[in-house]
Amino acid sequence: MPTGSATVGKITPQHFQCAEPLTLQNGAVLPAYELVYETYGTLNDNKSNALLICHALSGHHHAAGVHSDDDPKPGWWDACIGPGKAMDTNRFFVVSLNNLGGCHGSTGPRSINPDTGKIYGPDFPNVVVRDWVRSQAALADHLGIETFAAVVGGSLGGMQALQWAIDYPQRVGACVAIASAAKLSAQNIAFNEIARQAIGSDQDFAEGRYADEGINPDRGLGLARMIGHVTYLSDDGMGTKFGREIKSGDFDEGDEVEFQVESYLNYQGQAFTRYFDANTYLLMTKALDHFDPARDTDGDLVEAFRSATCKFLILSFSSDWRFSAQRSQEIVDALVKAKKNVASAVIESEHGHDSFLLPIERYTAALGTFLNRCLDERSGTLS
Amino acid sequence: MTLRGDLALISHLINPHARVLDLGCGTGELLAALQAEKNVNGYGLDRDPANIQVCLSKGVNVIEQDLDAGISNFANDNFDMVIMADALQAVRDPRELLRQMLRIGEECVVTFPNFGHWRCRLQLGFRGHMPVSKHLPHDWHNTPNIHLCTTMDFEKMCAEENIKIIQRRVVDTRYQEHWAIQLAPNLMASHAFYRLGRPS
Repeated sequence: MPTGSATVGKITPQHFQCAEPLTLQNGAVLPAYELVYETYGTLNDNKSNALLICHALSGHHHAAGVHSDDDPKPGWWDACIGPGKAMDTNRFFVVSLNNLGGCHGSTGPRSINPDTGKIYGPDFPNVVVRDWVRSQAALADHLGIETFAAVVGGSLGGMQALQWAIDYPQRVGACVAIASAAKLSAQNIAFNEIARQAIGSDQDFAEGRYADEGINPDRGLGLARMIGHVTYLSDDGMGTKFGREIKSGDFDEGDEVEFQVESYLNYQGQAFTRYFDANTYLLMTKALDHFDPARDTDGDLVEAFRSATCKFLILSFSSDWRFSAQRSQEIVDALVKAKKNVASAVIESEHGHDSFLLPIERYTAALGTFLNRCLDERSGTLS
Repeated sequence: MTLRGDLALISHLINPHARVLDLGCGTGELLAALQAEKNVNGYGLDRDPANIQVCLSKGVNVIEQDLDAGISNFANDNFDMVIMADALQAVRDPRELLRQMLRIGEECVVTFPNFGHWRCRLQLGFRGHMPVSKHLPHDWHNTPNIHLCTTMDFEKMCAEENIKIIQRRVVDTRYQEHWAIQLAPNLMASHAFYRLGRPS
């Protein structure tokens, strides 16, 4: 499967205004909302080649291509989306949106609360994975897509893909959950809580009303990102990338010493505050913690999957400790027990959780082969 | 589709619509055939990335799992048939794996190259070399086959474990059965197929 530099080119984001009220899982009602999204490739005549991308914690709608010629970086999943790539835009019509509660153009904490005329901030209702899936289904309706050939996501995105399979069995041909989990472990929730505490303890957080006051909890949000970032890498991966290389100073001279890894993390933390909203970060981490489809079935994941009819591909990475291969195995075991069609692979990689964003040969080959096979089966080109 | 000789023999033992687990499924040849011809709900375990990739291209339910790490993640009575074709001799703990297979599945099918075959005996006994043959193509230093056995050895273990041998088929290198093999299977069979049931 080629993973070359083929690109979807210049992309213009689109907007979907949903006038239909959305009753959230917690009972709150969003009277109307907006979703920003992008599409890559062409929807075929019988609308059977649509593929939905679900983003992770810090993701957004811009998954592939560039927004302008001088855009320094392509979308976050450009390694896997494009002509001839794993999610082949010559064959698939790929839909990627910014989730509700996000901070890249969809209705979220940065939007105006129609009840008060002010920025929602901390008053934006908590949305959970199931709410996202419902709003994504509304977007599918808007695009005239009855059934997705596949719903694909990594990490928190994989959770949405699993929820799609459970909630809309008739609307999903295949579910691909990459580096994901059927529920977070205590350790994983703990990391999220540390990140939330980092944000909350920044004076500039102002109990979530920082936007009203024209300030931003840069230190807290930056710190939250630094913590998260470390957990997305592996010890070996960081060793390879940074080692103990020193950026500035000299121990022998008694200087203040800065390691490369410190410089890198500080930069990542600060850069993050420029494009991410602290309230969105809190909302996304809470959605992660909350996710547990077995909650509806007395803790029985097998029973939770009972409604699903699609095929599943569950991928994980050897060095990912934040969403370990064991978490993926739990999904696989439950699916086998529930008699669902499932394939799985544990991809060798030293890049930790972030592996799912990278053009790792075996990973993209497995993903591409599975998706292409699903599309062939759907279009009846296979017996 | 024409199945490899040994897989065709196994395929005959599988009922339509059965739930099948294939341990060490390789490139998924058997499962793809069972899915297409018998509408079987099948899963295969393998640990080789290249095999898994081929399985994905065939639409086989392949699960990446190392048999040496055990199969305790599968629930009791989850399958009608658990198959292990030519992997018994390559796993670390074949006896425990066999117990697990009969815990997970109602029945199981096990096939292995018979180390008691006269060619093996000839090579070891007269020429003084570890046997190398069509079914055992490796040299002693690079063989994955760490637990080779004869049909007599295998049946002894089944007796000790109280495992029921429902059916046995012993064949030559071309997977053919003939009278000479039936007369002295441990000497004449190059390959053995066992259909096994739970301890009675």
